[in-house]
Amino acid sequence: MKYVDEFRDGAKARILVREIESLVATMGVPDDRPLHIMEVCGGHTHSIFRYGIEGMLPKEIELVHGPGCPVCVLPIGRVDDCVSIAERPEVIFTTFGDAMRVPGSKKSLLQAKADGADVRMVYSPMDALTVARNNPERDVVFFGLGFETTMPSTALTILQAEGDGIRNFSVFCNHITIVPTIKAILDSPDLKLDGFLGPGHVSMVIGAAPYEFVANFYRKPMVIAGFEPLDILQSIWMVLQQIKEGRADIENQYARIVPDDGNAPALRAISRVYELREFFEWRGLGSIDHSGVKLRDNYASFDAERKFAVPNVKIADPEACQCGEVLKGVIKPWQCKVFGSACTPEMPLGALMVSSEGACAAHYQYGGVKQHVAAE
Amino acid sequence: MCLGIPGRILRIDDDAKMLATVDVGGVRRQVNICCIVDDEHPVSSCIGDWVLIHVGFAMSRIDEAQAIQTLKILTELGEAQAEYEAMRLSPPPREAA
Repeated sequence: MKYVDEFRDGAKARILVREIESLVATMGVPDDRPLHIMEVCGGHTHSIFRYGIEGMLPKEIELVHGPGCPVCVLPIGRVDDCVSIAERPEVIFTTFGDAMRVPGSKKSLLQAKADGADVRMVYSPMDALTVARNNPERDVVFFGLGFETTMPSTALTILQAEGDGIRNFSVFCNHITIVPTIKAILDSPDLKLDGFLGPGHVSMVIGAAPYEFVANFYRKPMVIAGFEPLDILQSIWMVLQQIKEGRADIENQYARIVPDDGNAPALRAISRVYELREFFEWRGLGSIDHSGVKLRDNYASFDAERKFAVPNVKIADPEACQCGEVLKGVIKPWQCKVFGSACTPEMPLGALMVSSEGACAAHYQYGGVKQHVAAE
Repeated sequence: MCLGIPGRILRIDDDAKMLATVDVGGVRRQVNICCIVDDEHPVSSCIGDWVLIHVGFAMSRIDEAQAIQTLKILTELGEAQAEYEAMRLSPPPREAA
């Protein structure tokens, strides 16, 4: 129980851990087949590593760190597309800072910037629109990235650009959607999952109803969880309780933020601006049907993919890189051949090492990389 | 980006475009509030609201105790500092055109 004393509410955490232990003790979990619970969201992954939650849990529970870090699942080919757009002399390429260091096949956006491309970090797509307003002679492209949490912000910015008649603004849309992704995970033969911690802020936008298939069709429990350590522990307990009772329901532990039917204005903006792509490529996971969105024809003039000829070349992940296996929970981060040696947060080889929401970077930062390296 | 950050709405800047200035841990910046506005909670009633902000958009109303607790956690995760830094480096949303 390494970090439990750090909790502001250490006593509550200890009680929850004891509750989890006594619940598991009644469940007859075999030693060679622990219960696998996947946290889908990268924010949860970060919190789990920061607070050492895995180390508090009994050995019968194994957490599988899911693909919910949008920066981490960005394939090399899309990064190359970004670099290709950014290197056009007329373009100002704007992006969230998180995406700057994601390696492409030749360079990252950060390296492209060092080589002279006009790449600017922005906090918000609204700021990218301001850059467009202030530079009418340049083409300003915003790198739209993220699950449903950030999808509405890009959509609302496009609607504002349309309303204000700003023509030199476009979006390179790489937004991805959670439901087909969870379905792909459930259909994957490699994975034997017993339950899910559902994403908090994606659910704040889409609500709880879209996950019903997880319970109804796949018969797996899911608990939509908050990000605080106590939220995560309580949600794990709720998943276990469902498993014990033989139930599969979608429960909402994070009701203080997540309304059951989501956020109506955000959902309206999403459906007005985007439509599903037939498929989208994920780093480590390959192609997943209907897992990405693109701009509708009505907004074609704001679509960087139509405005510029992007190479759109599919490029395989580096051979040494085992991000895919880590993403699917087949191996742990430190079991990857290049973890902590050829792949570090300073010089990432794989995307999971880039963002603090990636399982590898989180493990490297908090998980005692030294002890694993020393053990080998 | 995904965890967001709590802030408090100080004033409404543009009623029609639903833009407001918020205080986020002492940093002031403009955000879009259209996702927290509805018939029962019009723009004018948003002043003083604590909200969870994702990339410049207020996405959810929260209470003050929850906002403070969330900010503590985000600071421990290093996410709050990253958000302030991103806001500081980003061009202000309505700088003179």
